[in-house]
Amino acid sequence: MSSAPPRPAPVAETDRVRLAPGVVLRHDRTRDQWVLLGPERVLVLDETALEAVRACAAPGPGADGASVGEGIDRLAAAFDAPRDAIAGDVLELLDDLRNRGFLTR
Amino acid sequence: MTREPEPPFAMLAELSHRCPLRCPYCSNPLALEPAAGELDTATWCRVFDEVAEAGALQVHLSGGEPCVRRDLEELVAHAARAGLYVNLITSAVTLDRARLERLRDAGLSHVQISFQGTEPAEADRIAGMPGAHARKLRAAREVVETGLALTVNAVIQRSTIERVDAFFDLALDLGAGRIEIANVQYYGWALANRAALMPTRDQLVRMDRRVKERLPSLKGRLVVDYVVPDYYAHRPKACMGGWGRRFLNVTPTGKVLPCHAAETIPGMVFETVFDRPLGAIWRDGAAFVRYRGTDWMPSPCRECDRKEADWGGCRCQALAITGDAGATDPVCDLSPLHHRMAEIAERDAAADPPLLYRDPTAKAPPAEAAPARAAHR
Repeated sequence: MSSAPPRPAPVAETDRVRLAPGVVLRHDRTRDQWVLLGPERVLVLDETALEAVRACAAPGPGADGASVGEGIDRLAAAFDAPRDAIAGDVLELLDDLRNRGFLTR
Repeated sequence: MTREPEPPFAMLAELSHRCPLRCPYCSNPLALEPAAGELDTATWCRVFDEVAEAGALQVHLSGGEPCVRRDLEELVAHAARAGLYVNLITSAVTLDRARLERLRDAGLSHVQISFQGTEPAEADRIAGMPGAHARKLRAAREVVETGLALTVNAVIQRSTIERVDAFFDLALDLGAGRIEIANVQYYGWALANRAALMPTRDQLVRMDRRVKERLPSLKGRLVVDYVVPDYYAHRPKACMGGWGRRFLNVTPTGKVLPCHAAETIPGMVFETVFDRPLGAIWRDGAAFVRYRGTDWMPSPCRECDRKEADWGGCRCQALAITGDAGATDPVCDLSPLHHRMAEIAERDAAADPPLLYRDPTAKAPPAEAAPARAAHR
């Protein structure tokens, strides 16, 4: 691990990402919102972020190890949206979540 | 009129004040609660249900040393079933692979292990237990091998503050996902030992520079939570995220506190888990209402545009330094008593008293630690 590059490369479509160890996706019934929980941390997911995490990071029982690109395909199909319009936003979001330790490759 | 507060985010469950270590920086109270008074399994389980019902998302199982509880697996399982994210905050010196696997299977999400140093001899000296560091290293590797997430809690004080790089390397080597650069905060035993633990300003500046230099390369590899030592600061920390706003603490015998040091504040009345459900205590319990929000604030907090950013800082620190828990936290340079922080820090950093190790038989606070004394300095 100490031989890793000084700064990690951004998340790419060919990557497979998953929730980092110790991170769980959960519905917060009291506040009626979806959250990522980590040690002493909580991140509230808006609808877009929730769908991106579900499609690309495959948490929970549906986990199938799909690549980020395959996740973007699914999102484009599910929301009947142009793929190009989605891909940039999804990659940026996943990269941000990875940099903050919620996702891992 | 009591306004409806936001629901709590997390509960610190101090399962026991017993601990095999004797760390002089411990934030437990000087009068430790005895084993005989500890809540039983059924009561803790009820408390977990109640706090989840009140809206909490996480429970931190702490102490003392939570692993001294033989029912830890049962408590973890119950808390997880209640929907709580379960975090074990431990010294790890008694943890082994078999128990880690049982805890994982019970639904534990995360393990935080304290490290008193990076050099075995120094770490063991601070922990007050020969061989502790080697045991912690072994347990930390087993945490990761078991598939649990690991946080390294790096205890930073005068004798370890120069080794912050070694702490980062240790966390990376162990495969931790997160590190807490935990500069000691001066409550409980740590307050009694402040003159032995306080770093110098120069040490602090060097440590701060090294942390900030390391951060970019750790992005995506290691989450860094950086607790800065506030005696040399100009603006206070938002202690506990604001009094009665995010956290509550339940002591080994069941007292419900807004923070783990709140019992140092004279005149406060704390309800117990036997009095009312946690949600009710959180909502309008006298101790929680006392410093919640901004209505209690004195000047200059009252007029300050940061009053909902730092919530007036820390009540227990205000008490320890000014003698008044309702005063502006003297860390803030708008406090009329701000100058005392630097005076105390510089005086203590230059002192070199022996460490006062945590001792369960201590009956009264040592004179140096008594808040009344601090107030008249």
